[in-house]
Amino acid sequence: MPWFRKDLISTEELSPEEIQTVFKTTAAFKKILGRKTAKTPSLRGKTVVNLFFENSTRTRVAFEMAATKLSADVMSLDMKTSSTSKGETLRDTVENIHALAADMIVIRHSAPGSAAYISKVLDIPVLNAGDGAHEHPTQALLDCFTLHEKFGSLKGLKIAILGDILYSRVARSNLWAMTKLGAEVTLVGPATLVPREFEQFGVTVSHDLKSALADKDAVMLLRIQHERQNASAFPSINEYTRMFGLNKTRLSWLKENAVIMHPGPINRGVEIDSELADSPQSVILEQVTNGLATRMACLYLCSGGKAEALTG
Amino acid sequence: MSQVTWIKGGRVIDPKNERDDVSDIYISNGKIIDRPSSESLAKADTVDATGLVVSPGLVDLHVHFRVPGETHKETIFSGTSAAAAGGFTSVVCMPNTSPPADTAGTIQYIKDAVDRESIVHVFPTACITVGSKGERLAPTGSLRDAGAVAISDGGKCLQNSGLMRRAAEYANMFNMPVIDHCEDYSLSANGVMNEGLVSTKLGLRGSPTEAEDIMVSRDVILSAKTGAHIHIQHVSSRNAIDIIRRAKSRGVNISAEVTPHHMCFSELEVSDFNTNFKMNPPLRSEDDRLAILEGLEDGTIDCIASGHAPHTDYEKDVEFDYAPNGVISLETALGATLNQLYHSKRLDLPRTLSLLTYQPAQILNLNKGTLEIGADADLMLFDPEREWTPQSNSFQSKSSNSPWINRALRGKVTQTFVSGKMVFDNGKILRS
Repeated sequence: MPWFRKDLISTEELSPEEIQTVFKTTAAFKKILGRKTAKTPSLRGKTVVNLFFENSTRTRVAFEMAATKLSADVMSLDMKTSSTSKGETLRDTVENIHALAADMIVIRHSAPGSAAYISKVLDIPVLNAGDGAHEHPTQALLDCFTLHEKFGSLKGLKIAILGDILYSRVARSNLWAMTKLGAEVTLVGPATLVPREFEQFGVTVSHDLKSALADKDAVMLLRIQHERQNASAFPSINEYTRMFGLNKTRLSWLKENAVIMHPGPINRGVEIDSELADSPQSVILEQVTNGLATRMACLYLCSGGKAEALTG
Repeated sequence: MSQVTWIKGGRVIDPKNERDDVSDIYISNGKIIDRPSSESLAKADTVDATGLVVSPGLVDLHVHFRVPGETHKETIFSGTSAAAAGGFTSVVCMPNTSPPADTAGTIQYIKDAVDRESIVHVFPTACITVGSKGERLAPTGSLRDAGAVAISDGGKCLQNSGLMRRAAEYANMFNMPVIDHCEDYSLSANGVMNEGLVSTKLGLRGSPTEAEDIMVSRDVILSAKTGAHIHIQHVSSRNAIDIIRRAKSRGVNISAEVTPHHMCFSELEVSDFNTNFKMNPPLRSEDDRLAILEGLEDGTIDCIASGHAPHTDYEKDVEFDYAPNGVISLETALGATLNQLYHSKRLDLPRTLSLLTYQPAQILNLNKGTLEIGADADLMLFDPEREWTPQSNSFQSKSSNSPWINRALRGKVTQTFVSGKMVFDNGKILRS
């Protein structure tokens, strides 16, 4: 299915067919990345500006790398040193950057809705690299692509997302993408971080780890989003790890060859035992690698590129 | 005999006096008079009210006029022009100004601005506590003497119940109602919208109805204890309405208002992060909205109050988290109320108008909101059927942060009279 969007704001608004188009394009770029000259001229002459108002390692580097491999010129702005500290609004900031000849903007911001907001203000493509607790669409797309590669299809796949769901954009974007692709999703964690309202979105909500992890094909761990929570969500890190951290015993409740996923960054010893993060069942670093091809795909498609042109 | 104004042939509705007939209204010397002599009638200024409803001027218990200190959002002139355009002839303004209205001097400043610029009657309220900080009582007696008609901490809620108890006891001594915006901050916890399905979906911090319900309970209990009249602003929650209903059945001296936006919209309107739907208390669930309609029908909610809260476009045109709370409302309140209550056939027109005229007036003992002989000639004419769709340049208000932009309303004010003078005529403010 052809891609007509100039922006990528959420997975919630994507159709299953659009997600498959992203997968197809991602697979094509992954192949290209395996070549000696791992670059294409698709975005030559274009400038991609990364506006990161929140800290990031993976996403920022992946988008920079992705744009570079598409032959675009890239600029990564750490907005902590920008004039937003002098009271300039987001709207004025992006309009100024657009006036400085940016062709595409990738934005990460702490306010939900900020990506959609600037996509309406600007006529150039805007990609959401995370807007507060709302969505992180490229993360969900790379996560689902990883599962798609591993299992062939997400249809009927049993997935548990474990941790701080309430404040997680990764959880939200993933639950939309996964359910659209036919997976059975369970959200599990402490009652204060996994409200029942999520059941209205076609997933199961659980506060009991054993039954939630039973027989699952994949578990995705989420970090406690300290930066978004207020103090009283749960007593302490220690308590969280004892009650909900993934350890060997809890891992054994899943299917035998179940995969362990994590969007990163990991807090070793908190949501996941350190050794499990490096175990053969972990696909955490594969996710990161897929993240590069996924973001190449998203930049390519939003700039008007056609999936067919890559796959021939 | 001095000049008479003769309003001819309109459908005259005076809800308090149960009048609803096609007849005439006569005005002289700023008052409503009985039918005068034929000589006076022959020389009278006539207004043709055929096909229009003639109603007492509307009374609004809740506006923010931003004077002193925030006149970039609204001035007394622009705010009262908006009132007149909306058919309101008496408005009560809130004290969350800059500086807040916690001294006689600031109340006097407001009154001076009103005397210079106002198009309609304005009644100021004063703070409950100094600076609305919730720490010590402001000088209620002196504020009453300076002209305040009630006390309120504006958009803030006095969290300390012990101090609220003292405020109620003290104000009661002066027969001053205490007006409360009910919100327990430890529960609302910086929420920017209702805690529910939409906030869960959007990842926006939610404020649960319990933040309102708990403070409404608190106020009911303190009113029962002290005998003071506590008036609850902008109820938005089913539970809160139930608490008020039970309190009233026990004879507790409590009253309640609702805004047109909480009556018409639910949290679903926030789904695309439109900041013209961001307010405090937030738009709640559809079930809460239905509870508001039930509360209006059975009398639990006493009146509709606009909650008019102007903010400039550059203040509202930001990320949802950062936009200030509130929407303008004076010019759309009548249309919204008619849409939701009258055109939907929930209430008849007199009952609907009572919620905007004598019922709010009674709450603060204002001698307004009726068309009886001898009453102030504050009245308005409107066409209950006229459809209009507000645009951002449609307003007399200095600000245009309205949830009604590009949405259809049915019911529009044609003329407004204050103290017998026409101040608004088909879209234009008339200044003497």
